[in-house]
Amino acid sequence: MLRALMLTGLLAAGTTAGALAQTPQRGGTLNFTAPYGTSFSTLDVHATPSVQDDIFASAIHRSLYRWDAARNEPVLELATEVNVSADGTVFTYKLRPNAVFHHGKPLTADDVIWTYQRVANPANAFPGARYLANIKGVAEYADGKATTISGLRKIDDHTLEITFVGPVNPGFTLMRGTLAIYPSDIGGTPEFATKPVGLGPFRFVEHVPGSQAVVERFDRYYKEGRPYLDRINLVIMGDASARDVAFRNREIDVSILGPAQYQAYLADPALKEHVLEVAEVFTRNIGFNLSYKPFTDRRVRQAINHAINSPLIIQRLARNKAYPATSWLPLSAPPFDKDAVPYAYDPAKARTLLAEAGYANGFEFEVNATPNESWGVPIVEAIIPMLAQVGIKVRPRPVESAVHAELVTKGEFQAYIWSNATGPDPLSALQCFYSKTPRTACNYTGFNNPEFDKLFEAAQAERDPAKQTDLLRQANNLIQQEAPVWFFNYNKAVMAYQPWLHGLQPNATEMALQNYEDLWIDSTAPASRR
Amino acid sequence: MLRFTIRRLLQMIPTVIVVALLIFVIFSVVPGSFAASLIADGRADADPALLARLNREFGLDKPLYERFAQYLYDIARFDLGTSFRTRQPVVDLIEARIWASLKLAVAAMAFAAAFGVPLGFIAALRPGSLLDTSTMIGAVSGLSMPQFWLGLLLMYVFALQLGWLPSFGYGDGGLLHLILPAITLGLTPLALLARTTRAGVLDVLNADFIRTAHSKGMSNARVVRWHVARNALVLIVTTVGLQFGSLMGQAVVIEKLFSWPGIGSLLVDSVAVRDIPTVQGTILVIVLWFLCINTLIDLVYAAIDPRIKQG
Repeated sequence: MLRALMLTGLLAAGTTAGALAQTPQRGGTLNFTAPYGTSFSTLDVHATPSVQDDIFASAIHRSLYRWDAARNEPVLELATEVNVSADGTVFTYKLRPNAVFHHGKPLTADDVIWTYQRVANPANAFPGARYLANIKGVAEYADGKATTISGLRKIDDHTLEITFVGPVNPGFTLMRGTLAIYPSDIGGTPEFATKPVGLGPFRFVEHVPGSQAVVERFDRYYKEGRPYLDRINLVIMGDASARDVAFRNREIDVSILGPAQYQAYLADPALKEHVLEVAEVFTRNIGFNLSYKPFTDRRVRQAINHAINSPLIIQRLARNKAYPATSWLPLSAPPFDKDAVPYAYDPAKARTLLAEAGYANGFEFEVNATPNESWGVPIVEAIIPMLAQVGIKVRPRPVESAVHAELVTKGEFQAYIWSNATGPDPLSALQCFYSKTPRTACNYTGFNNPEFDKLFEAAQAERDPAKQTDLLRQANNLIQQEAPVWFFNYNKAVMAYQPWLHGLQPNATEMALQNYEDLWIDSTAPASRR
Repeated sequence: MLRFTIRRLLQMIPTVIVVALLIFVIFSVVPGSFAASLIADGRADADPALLARLNREFGLDKPLYERFAQYLYDIARFDLGTSFRTRQPVVDLIEARIWASLKLAVAAMAFAAAFGVPLGFIAALRPGSLLDTSTMIGAVSGLSMPQFWLGLLLMYVFALQLGWLPSFGYGDGGLLHLILPAITLGLTPLALLARTTRAGVLDVLNADFIRTAHSKGMSNARVVRWHVARNALVLIVTTVGLQFGSLMGQAVVIEKLFSWPGIGSLLVDSVAVRDIPTVQGTILVIVLWFLCINTLIDLVYAAIDPRIKQG
């Protein structure tokens, strides 16, 4: 009887604790880490495409759309509704009537138009300009033939019409952090670059370059009851070991983990319960220069895919912090073919394919590689003995990261190893294999396949989402067959978090980008956070 | 003394010009570009239109001699240019970090001198003693210990185990956040100072004039204070100066480890993304710092040993 009573009591206590944990609490300070480097490069997010800067900017700013991690698609953010014309080119947005900038100015259609013109202005040379290229009139504006963008039209203060050059899903591009809406009155001023003002849930407090940025709750944020937190310290911690110490010391609330730490955290009973994993939209691969002699033959490329034991490398070097890649598009992409299987590790088959291609005695090639542990020299070193088994001699050619991209876009390589974004928009990910995409854009391997082009063009023109997905699925499977790259893995992003932190989202586009307004901390947090 | 000071200051000008030339030439010939660094992590696709715009915006499409002329003209007006990465004046970027860098360098050097010099001195006065042996073993370990590892070790002990100090960050700029990075950075110069001081003092102790001073009947304390200390000082000051000058550039590992907002990490970040104006500006500042310290040391020499002034 006593035992039963105790058990009931325990159960009741457990339920209460569970319920408490589920009800968001207001207040508190979050120590969030920005792990990609030793600084924020700039507080003017229009000028930067880097995730590190987005980690800061997404607390302060909002774009027209945002990425919904749960639905795995872009959703409207600054507008409450959108009407699309029958031909799919004209989008009419009803902007949020209650959205206010931190300095008190209400959001109007003028701010959106001003922002897009600032980003598209060629004199600014902003990286986000490419995401506006499909808006009508942007090309003329960029060439200096027009002083405004004809495809952006203000109907009234809270109604905006955007005309695109063709049917599109604008969410994928207009959700970008680098297209955050700035207030048109003070947006471009020099002070703005050091004291940014936005529409986001938090307002800027201070920035200590190379150390941290601090933001505070914005009381007039347009979503009722959000954000929950009072303050976020965005701490810059590029060094994984230092982050590890600070995390274990409970000084920071989240930490992005590398392969070694991932295993250490999983092995630690105190830490393993609070590790969030997600399959990110990055494909690690070795791209072959398709105009370089042995790689012109598809059988050679397939042979390399068969000759490398990817699961072994993933297990030993990546410490299971990756998923074996089947083809180009990642697991979370709707066109990903669930029935497709990765290239099997089969050295005998690889030798046969090489012999058929006339390379029975093998050949030599070099791979441009940066020092990156997950997609650089260490991986190339790991495949040396595997390729040697089938007679291929491979050498890493070490390059610095600022040089790597330059050599690849100029075509100065035999092969390269890289991690490439393959989402969230499958259409633009596959555009990198379209023959009309130049190498200087993203067709790095120089892929040119009429059958693929036909599928891609059909998908581009298709307005029925289900049919488009099916066409992209076929195109993606064709890429697997053609093997312009060695399909290595899809990144598994891992974030450790403290037990008192709730509301983290498994963001497949980038785990370190969190929608801060959903985060909250409970009363078990240390005093410094409450 | 005034003429000596002016002469030393004027000598800095050609050095600065040569350094500026070298930096420009090196960064004009090394491969890699800012535009390429933007897509280095593969998170965004290459964009030829952006590349062309960036090159135009930053003047990289102009011929080399034109860019060089512009660069010299800007330096002459004390204009370090605009950062590619942040689009802010380089001067502002440096100004935002230089005080933290100075603070760290001064604290590390103060720590090194406060412990290194007395330890070396005492060790030299009692050569072969337990103190001497342990100081020298400590000095060799200090010199050979990687700062990176030492920093992590200190973090582990004083932040994680004992919980006395924060493991990272600048905080409000107070002393508490400064202690661990300063000790980590200061340990190498401390070890070097202890060794140099010991060698310098031993050298002087064996000199003839010391024997003379003793035979004159001078007390041991007076000999040490008047003759040994003063003569060993030249070597100590040289070591302090050289170490102090190089601390600013050396601190980059410490800055990264402790999230300390110094100019070392600004330089390394800027080199990695080929933000050339920031690289040039930061190196110039570090060189100037080095030159100033050196000049200061020369002036101190002249005060200690009048023979140097004439030479």
